[in-house]
Amino acid sequence: MAEEMRIVLRNYGKIDPLKIEDYIAQGGYKALEKARSMSQSDLIAEVKKSNLRGRGGAGFNCGQKWSFAYGAESDIKYVVCNADEGEPGTYKDRLIMENDPQALLEGMAICAYAIGAKQGYIYCRGEYPQVIKILNQAIEQAVTKGVLADFAIEVRSGAGAYVCGEETALIESIEGSRGEPRFKPPYPPSQGLWGKPTIVNNVETFANLPAIVENGADWYASIGVPSYPGTKIFTLTGDVNNCTFFEVPTNTTIRELIYKFGGGIPAGKKFKAVQIGGTSGAFIPESQLDTPVAFDNMSTIGATLGSGAVFVVDETRDIVDVAARIAGFFEHESCGKCAPCREGTARIAEIMENINDGFGEMSDLALLKKLGRVMSVSCLCGLGQAAPAPVITTIEHFMADYQAKIL
Amino acid sequence: MDYKEIIASYADKPGGIIEAFHAVQSQLSYLPREVIAEAAQVFNIPVSEAYGVASFYSMFSTEPRGKNIIRICESAPCHVAGAAEVVQALERELGIFMGESTADGLFALEFTECVGQCQATPVITINGEPYLDVNAATIPGILAKYR
Ligand SMILES: Cc1cc2nc3c(=O)[nH]c(=O)nc-3n(C[C@H](O)[C@H](O)[C@H](O)COP(=O)(O)O)c2cc1C
Ligand code: FES
Repeated sequence: MAEEMRIVLRNYGKIDPLKIEDYIAQGGYKALEKARSMSQSDLIAEVKKSNLRGRGGAGFNCGQKWSFAYGAESDIKYVVCNADEGEPGTYKDRLIMENDPQALLEGMAICAYAIGAKQGYIYCRGEYPQVIKILNQAIEQAVTKGVLADFAIEVRSGAGAYVCGEETALIESIEGSRGEPRFKPPYPPSQGLWGKPTIVNNVETFANLPAIVENGADWYASIGVPSYPGTKIFTLTGDVNNCTFFEVPTNTTIRELIYKFGGGIPAGKKFKAVQIGGTSGAFIPESQLDTPVAFDNMSTIGATLGSGAVFVVDETRDIVDVAARIAGFFEHESCGKCAPCREGTARIAEIMENINDGFGEMSDLALLKKLGRVMSVSCLCGLGQAAPAPVITTIEHFMADYQAKIL
Repeated sequence: MDYKEIIASYADKPGGIIEAFHAVQSQLSYLPREVIAEAAQVFNIPVSEAYGVASFYSMFSTEPRGKNIIRICESAPCHVAGAAEVVQALERELGIFMGESTADGLFALEFTECVGQCQATPVITINGEPYLDVNAATIPGILAKYR
């Protein structure tokens, strides 16, 4: 059975996060030194070979993304850290930034060297003012120590918009605009912040890099499931005994997360469903709990790994009410740029509220499914494309609960 | 500092209008029309665009509101943990409804989505400071600190 394994959180509880000396004493900034002794292309090849894939939800190969920005012709390039962490039930990036901010800075500096960037930004959600303070202190210490050399990092604050976690919306927000996603292509590695080649990676992705550079690609690639190696931090919420976080190898199963690490369902109640990856994730029934949490394994069952949020609901919960609340989330967070999302999220929320209040009809379910299909292919960004998933999967797996409200 | 000075201090930051709005709001608790007009001028964009930014982000308000901003997380994990009870308790304690401010200008009551403190739900924040595992019984004690 899988055990906890701390790569990203290796310094958690072991160092004073506000003392760079502590980080350095644990071997911090050795990886950056090693990275700078390699050629840029060798470094990128090594990261690619480790098969580190993005921890922000899309699971893109990190080294491959870097190679696009490395190859792009430009005097100015940017490294951007996505610390918007808006996915409900998720606080893993906060854990990293609060407990080991230098690991994030080192990861960003490794990326900056690899692609040839001199300026970095950390876009941190506005709901984390205390984290922003920590980051600014950490940056100040790193500058004083001179470890970042000529790479400068600035922290920018979000202001309460879930969609700004989408990388092009995030870039718009750093530029001082409304956080509306851009049409793609061009993708950020060729044209991103202020039109320049830009790498956007998640906090957890960056925090993996020092360990990968230090221990080598082969070491990392051998951990967990080969198609999505390494560890992943999960944050457990809802009806589970241990509402806390765990970093585990990616071959851990959903069942292990809930029963072994999570300690099972409280008060002797039975499991009903789990939603993984945040509020846009599918609801997963008991029959699929033996699936490993790695990216592609989750796709096979029509679910997502997403941010690593694990929201458990027990048998006594009204799952239609939960799905209706989630539909309200998407209506609120839709940025309004594209019509299928703006209208679609509002209609889903309206129909779900109706059903939840006892005014629904069976034909509503067919309507929801059709609307879900249309949105998943026609919305401009991942927000609208994924928004129907919680509703559609609860209809699929918990039809009886819907019927009970409709009849 | 007056709002003009605050905004001016961000003038050299490309895209710094959001930072400037945060800084003004921490003093005034909302973004009055003159602030938006001033920011438009400093950052050299049309007033409509500056207003577009101010109205896009849920942490910014273009209407006056109470000084201490109480936000209640209504995302699914907090929802199932009893956020509705917390809403009721806050409304009762302050004598206002969600979305309103108290007559003495001391408190504003707002919904928010997840604030990333989901280890101990339900969660509220006051001026960005999180309070975990709140319930009807703990609300009066929390509010007392701001009275
Ligand atoms: C609606 C929406 C919200 C997102 N929110 C986040 C987020 O909070 N944090 C994050 O790292 N990525 C988020 N993403 C994914 C980013 O667009 C992007 O894929 C990611 O930052 C790339 O970094 P990675 O390759 O290291 O995962 C979001 C995507 C969408 C469509
Ligand atoms: S769900 Fe309420 S703080 Fe995260």
